[in-house]
Amino acid sequence: MHRLASALILAVASMAAIADEVVKIGCVAPLTGPQAHLGKDIENGCRLAVEEINARGPQLGGTPVKFELLAEDDQADPKTATVVGQKLVDSGARGVVGHLNSGASIPASRIYADAGIAQVSPASTAVAYTHQGFKTTYRLMANDSQQGKALGQYAAKIGKRVAVVDDRTAYGQGLIDEVVKAVKAAGAEIVGREFTTDKSTDFTAILTTLKGKRPDVLVFGGMDPQAAPMVRQMGTLGLKAQFLGGDGMQSSEFLKLAGTLAEGVIGSSPGLPIEQMPGGEAFTKRYNERFGKIQIYAPFAYDATQVLIGAMVNAGSADPAKYLPELAKFRMDGVIGPIAFDERGDLKDGPVTLYQVQQGRWVPIETVGGQPGS
Amino acid sequence: MDIFLQQLLNGLILGCLYALVALGYTMVYGILELINFAHGEVVMVGAMIAVTVLTSVAGSGLPVPLAILIALAAAATVCVLAALLIERVAYRPLRRAPRLAPLITAIGASIVLQNLAMIIWGRQYLAFPAVLELKVYEWMGATVTNVQMLIVVTAASAMAGLLLLVNRTRLGRAMRATAQNQEVAGLMGVDVNRVIAVTFAVGAALAAVAGLLISAYYGIAHYAMGFILGLKAFTAAVLGGIGNIAGAVLGGLLLGVLESLGAGYIGDLTGGFLGSHYQDIFAFFILILVLVFRPSGLLGERTPERA
Repeated sequence: MHRLASALILAVASMAAIADEVVKIGCVAPLTGPQAHLGKDIENGCRLAVEEINARGPQLGGTPVKFELLAEDDQADPKTATVVGQKLVDSGARGVVGHLNSGASIPASRIYADAGIAQVSPASTAVAYTHQGFKTTYRLMANDSQQGKALGQYAAKIGKRVAVVDDRTAYGQGLIDEVVKAVKAAGAEIVGREFTTDKSTDFTAILTTLKGKRPDVLVFGGMDPQAAPMVRQMGTLGLKAQFLGGDGMQSSEFLKLAGTLAEGVIGSSPGLPIEQMPGGEAFTKRYNERFGKIQIYAPFAYDATQVLIGAMVNAGSADPAKYLPELAKFRMDGVIGPIAFDERGDLKDGPVTLYQVQQGRWVPIETVGGQPGS
Repeated sequence: MDIFLQQLLNGLILGCLYALVALGYTMVYGILELINFAHGEVVMVGAMIAVTVLTSVAGSGLPVPLAILIALAAAATVCVLAALLIERVAYRPLRRAPRLAPLITAIGASIVLQNLAMIIWGRQYLAFPAVLELKVYEWMGATVTNVQMLIVVTAASAMAGLLLLVNRTRLGRAMRATAQNQEVAGLMGVDVNRVIAVTFAVGAALAAVAGLLISAYYGIAHYAMGFILGLKAFTAAVLGGIGNIAGAVLGGLLLGVLESLGAGYIGDLTGGFLGSHYQDIFAFFILILVLVFRPSGLLGERTPERA
């Protein structure tokens, strides 16, 4: 009886010892709706990182751990973002990679800051996101003051009359505000500013108004489900202006939706073109095997997860109080290039690349900023 | 001022699309006093089927008009079947129920259709295949494309055909009789169930046409496109007088023009306080005004008599 009891106790104890401690990492992006292809891109990037890290048998402070990805859908909506953010915090996530849209990241960041867990965004570019005074907000993309400046300076270079349209989201509005500043600083004229929403498909009214102002360049701050019909409607209305857009437009989905009318369109994207990224080629191969085609954000999500987990490994613990200081001084040569953060959580020396659609493909034409020689 | 004509033209095109969808709402309301919320989703189904069929047929070397006709036939078939199914399963059992029950069922049917579409086609936007070569014509300083002209011609012939059907045929007479008083029409030998089914079917066929035209015009189709469109088309039907076919046409055109001109000029009118992103609000603002000041609509409503 004694032997049976002790054998049983030993079995149970050893099972408990064999079971790894599970560390939950949250990943939030729009998994439904018009931007679902971009949100899935982020989730897949995170998943690839977690799978690769788990396969190496990670340890935190000597204890073997297993990382579990909690993927949530924020529908690109600020209200839903706070709800799923709270849900992640309540389910014990120790850190979050997300969100995609600045309009979602900014309200959710308050929830993560109150809970004290880190938030590393692979895609949010609005300046306000890291300027709220939280110690938990980080991002892996150059922010919109850099992107807007690059776009605005380029716009002023190719035309003197610039029209702008934004979709009134935190991202679109913030980007266009920066573009307007840069265009005026470069001496060109803003001939018109119109607005739309991130759900519209009919832009004939605002494009007709802008056509009356005879612009040389039209800069759009918004995402690809709006940019594609907008370019199309510019064609039907005979509005002959060079179309420029931000990273929300610079995707393969835009090429698919706009078809031949995409030709000649210029889009910017923080970060290097994936072919020029130090780890780009190898990452593309691994990602294509596992998930298929990359949209925009997968390498950023992958690196964001690596950064978050890397900080935990450096601290030897998943306890936010311990790994947050490590995250602040974290340095890594990621897929996207050298990663280091400034005191607000912005990426240091983040580059911005301008692409143009040539023969149905995005071709990089200019890179602004970044490390010399990258 | 040179852009005014263009804004007007844009508005008319938009109005034709609204009118086509509004006809479906107005006919069903005229007979059953039911707001068929699922109608916007039937338009969406039409658009998705048309795009899917056209994408698979487009590469096979068929002449473009034939490919479009095939896509239209497929879309119309599926839309009519969907509408008949909804009528049979969701609305017919509730014909004697208090007015609220079929209203909520209609919302439920709309949600079911939307989610079915999301499951079948996914959440991403479908691109309308590039089969129509875009030709742009200049006319008095405004541009018109061949697609826009196609929309006007198709909408006009569909509406003319419908007016012919309702006013000059036996079936049309039966429909008008059923709309006036269902019970008496039944006593006069009209097969009321059949007439109601035909009403839904005709509305669904128009919805399929509208779906094809909308996806051709904007170049995209997706599972959530029916909701706002349905609300606006219903607004147009109310604006013109619910139950009144000519009213639906007038309401649709008027709504399109008002929305287009409003979005184009609101920035100037309000000194920048309200911007063009309030475009969608126009439809609903007009609905409120109409319901407050002239609830029967511009051309008067035609609903069943309550003896």
